[in-house]
Amino acid sequence: MTDLVLAALFVMMIMTALAAIRLTDLFAVVIMFSIYSLLAASMFVVMDAVDVALTEAAVDAGIATILMLATLVLTDRWERPSARLRMVPLAVVCLTGAVLLYGTLDMPIFGDASSPANTHLATYYLTESPGEVGLPNVVTSVLASYRAYDTLGEVAVIFTAGVGVLALLGAARSGRGGAAPMRDNPVPRVIAKIMIPLIILFALYVQLHGDFGPGGGFQAGVIFAAAIILYAIVFGVDAAAQVIPPAGLKVMMTGGVLLFAGTGFVTMALGGAFLDYDVLVRDPLAGQHLGIVLVELGIGITVAAVVISVFLAFAGRRRAR
Amino acid sequence: MSILEVVSGVLMLAGALFVLTGSVGLLRLPDALTQVHAVGITDTLGVGLIILGLAIRAGPTLLALKLLLILAILVLTTPTTSHAIARAVSRYRSRPWKDGQGRAP
Repeated sequence: MTDLVLAALFVMMIMTALAAIRLTDLFAVVIMFSIYSLLAASMFVVMDAVDVALTEAAVDAGIATILMLATLVLTDRWERPSARLRMVPLAVVCLTGAVLLYGTLDMPIFGDASSPANTHLATYYLTESPGEVGLPNVVTSVLASYRAYDTLGEVAVIFTAGVGVLALLGAARSGRGGAAPMRDNPVPRVIAKIMIPLIILFALYVQLHGDFGPGGGFQAGVIFAAAIILYAIVFGVDAAAQVIPPAGLKVMMTGGVLLFAGTGFVTMALGGAFLDYDVLVRDPLAGQHLGIVLVELGIGITVAAVVISVFLAFAGRRRAR
Repeated sequence: MSILEVVSGVLMLAGALFVLTGSVGLLRLPDALTQVHAVGITDTLGVGLIILGLAIRAGPTLLALKLLLILAILVLTTPTTSHAIARAVSRYRSRPWKDGQGRAP
């Protein structure tokens, strides 16, 4: 049954991908990508990877779609038809695809219990993490404690992306934003006023409950940003920039990364290794929990600030014509 | 099979029928406004009925409460989305479809 559902989802994903290639209306292409991500998220749920599914749904199906639509507003909606078939790019793409397909031949089949990943590290994490980290959600222990270096790198990448966009486009300044056509429409206004507090509450839940259930800083940051972006869409970019001023967003962007890295330096100062939370408190398990909460908070703050700044930077610009 | 199971089955089947009707409308109706009309109504009702059926099946548990919360949020957001789409269409595409016009692009 599971295989059947997975196969159906997979066929639908291939169909949306093909549709995205065929379409020349870029608005429709963006929506196709959104559907594609939602199908991928459903696939992860079927595979019992709820943390990944939550990230995929929030980041790719949600925020990435909005950011791409915000980009389309600044550029053109229609793809320019290319006059001739370009042979070199086609050959490069086909060759890369063939190499990737060849590479998958050596991969163990899905759920293979005897694959190296499942016999060494995964078993270690599953058997040792209750005693070493003590969190019910093993995904969070792996992400924020065992592999905290990788996660710090990911947060640094997101921070760099945010800095890059702000350097290219400039932070949104008040008085520059376009009109908000929904502001004089009562229905979205009222519903947004009801929904925004609920979305922020849910973001806080995902942030603080990530130790026990699916969730964590990445998802929470994106969901929080979605609340602010909804506010900006309905009430205008200027109003959103008044709620969270761009200067504050810059402080949040850097503050989150500094909180993450700073936790590592504190553990070093206390005599442990970088990001070894055991030394934070007398009890190693409590130290692990405190460290993970701090690190996840850093992730959430940086992700939220970067996503909001990127959106405001795009939406605050007028169309270049 | 208890009565509740039959009730929830009927609700979910009716919901699936509504979703199917909406999908057929989305494919067959001529322009964006009529398509929103088809999907906007059937989607809220169809998905709502499916969630209600699932909540009955879940019994008096936390799961049922969560499903009802999802239902409440859907009842708020889905009609708002249809409304926003219809508003955007009427704002940026001046003439709605009239009978005998053929299919709009």
